[in-house]
Amino acid sequence: MVNHNPNGAGTWSGPQIHLLGDSGLVIKFGESIELETHKRIRQLSEYLEHHPFTGMTEYVPAFTTVTIYYDPWKVAAEPASADGEVRRPPFEIVKAAVLNLLLELKDTETAPPDTVRIPVCYGGDLGPDLQEVAATNGLTEEEVISFHCSGEYLVYMLGFAPGFAYLGGMSSRIATPRRQTPRLAIPAGTVGIAGEQTGVYPIETPGGWQLIGKTPIRLFVPERTPPTVLKAGDLVRFYPISRKEFDEWEESSL
Amino acid sequence: MSLMIGKPGLLTTVQDLGRFGFQKYGVIASGAMDGFALRTANLLVGNPQGAAGLEITMLGPEIWFEHTALISVCGGDLTPQLNGQPFPLWRTVLVPKGSVVTFGRMQLGCRAYLAVAGGIDVPLEINSRSTYLRAGIGGYQGRALRSGDVIPVGKSTPLGSQLLGVLVRNEEREAGAVSRWSAASSLRPAYTVSPEVRVIAGEQYKDFTADSRQCFESEVFAVLPESDRMGYRFTGSPLKLEKPAEMISTAVTFGTVQVPPGGNPIVLMADRQTTGGYPVIAQVASVDLPLLAQVNLGGKVRFRLISLEEAQHLHLQREEALQTLEIGLGSLR
Repeated sequence: MVNHNPNGAGTWSGPQIHLLGDSGLVIKFGESIELETHKRIRQLSEYLEHHPFTGMTEYVPAFTTVTIYYDPWKVAAEPASADGEVRRPPFEIVKAAVLNLLLELKDTETAPPDTVRIPVCYGGDLGPDLQEVAATNGLTEEEVISFHCSGEYLVYMLGFAPGFAYLGGMSSRIATPRRQTPRLAIPAGTVGIAGEQTGVYPIETPGGWQLIGKTPIRLFVPERTPPTVLKAGDLVRFYPISRKEFDEWEESSL
Repeated sequence: MSLMIGKPGLLTTVQDLGRFGFQKYGVIASGAMDGFALRTANLLVGNPQGAAGLEITMLGPEIWFEHTALISVCGGDLTPQLNGQPFPLWRTVLVPKGSVVTFGRMQLGCRAYLAVAGGIDVPLEINSRSTYLRAGIGGYQGRALRSGDVIPVGKSTPLGSQLLGVLVRNEEREAGAVSRWSAASSLRPAYTVSPEVRVIAGEQYKDFTADSRQCFESEVFAVLPESDRMGYRFTGSPLKLEKPAEMISTAVTFGTVQVPPGGNPIVLMADRQTTGGYPVIAQVASVDLPLLAQVNLGGKVRFRLISLEEAQHLHLQREEALQTLEIGLGSLR
């Protein structure tokens, strides 16, 4: 583990670099899920998106980290920068490149986030647990919908399933524990709540979330590039639609 | 050209080296479990290393060839046969039209890779031909092959055609022919029922108790039946953290050894999720991933810690050997 410290002062705790085996490198920006940490992650991700280094395979942003995968063979194939320089192991080359990059990045601005609006038909058979979420929190179903739609949610990361977004920013007024017994198959597009989290299942999976509604939008579309509607750093807003609108939307997208 | 599947075998899927560049969207990489075997099989038929081939698991299929083809089978020894005659792995094989390739008993390893000159030509889906079964993406209709499937094969490269020419000239065509050249045995991973797998310390390695670290490196871990393309689950002495900590999800990869609270390690394999939230005790050295990919259920694995430098050195050595093979094949006329 290397402590990256551009100021040379012992008190400044900058990003840390860990190695994930012989083909991965992890840049850790913080110890907890925070907006400031997320901003740094977004900044680095945006840079890597447009400036991949030789041998870089891909990068994966998460809550507190950006992981870079690389091909040691391709990294090693780069000519040494100075004459007579002893060939360093690929991870040393990558680490040095990343440290340089982090220094350069310090003051760069990121593009404004995209806001994605997601229509949801709440309750009924599409959201069988809406009543329970309301009862748990001493609210009416309409109030739950209103709280859920009033939030602006930040996509911290994607993972778990293709296109599944970990969202931050749900009101604690509608927080509800997971179901005692998980369901075996939750249809794609279902919107759920688990504890203080909310999210949308992009593909059919088993799961224990409280289901409050469903969106007619497909969040994972393999034939499209990129294959997901959401990306890390996006802002999400939900808005209610009627069952009639939902059905029409679904029909028109077939 | 195409291949026709007779009996499908236990689990035969189309795989290439994986779906890269989309893990940031939560899209699983997939790809061959034993990428080395697939790459070698491809080289031996003149394909680019990343062309799609068939991953054949434990019980092999019956594959019919209506045209003359050039194939190679690498990886686990599932005793392949051409029209009932056994043929060796790690070589180029001329398959006359109207032939059938079958597989017999599982001798060593559990996954064989069949490459055909031109590659399996199913459409790219999210930039890969790999089958991801759980989401029904890629490969042949997003699923394992079934009886009666007709699998398209692409156009052979000039090198593939040359290799075919060499075999046609030198050998008796009707019976098929096997190349004199092969992937050197020194190049191949030392597949065994119970391998020693080299690992690099993971980020939370130091957070495990001294006893657990000692167990991890000295004891034998058995592969549990619930292991699959997503991950290998092991049972052995439970591995415990010095003090249990709540982890924040972060990216995980092929060969990440994570330890859930129960203490039994899981090694993530080709169909792993993109991120995980369990402590990571170690990461399998790339060079030894094929050993793990070929371990069958009930197999016993010993982990040995090596340095990152050593792991990369071994990795570069193997890449260099593959390159040498590629150059050697290119000079055959």
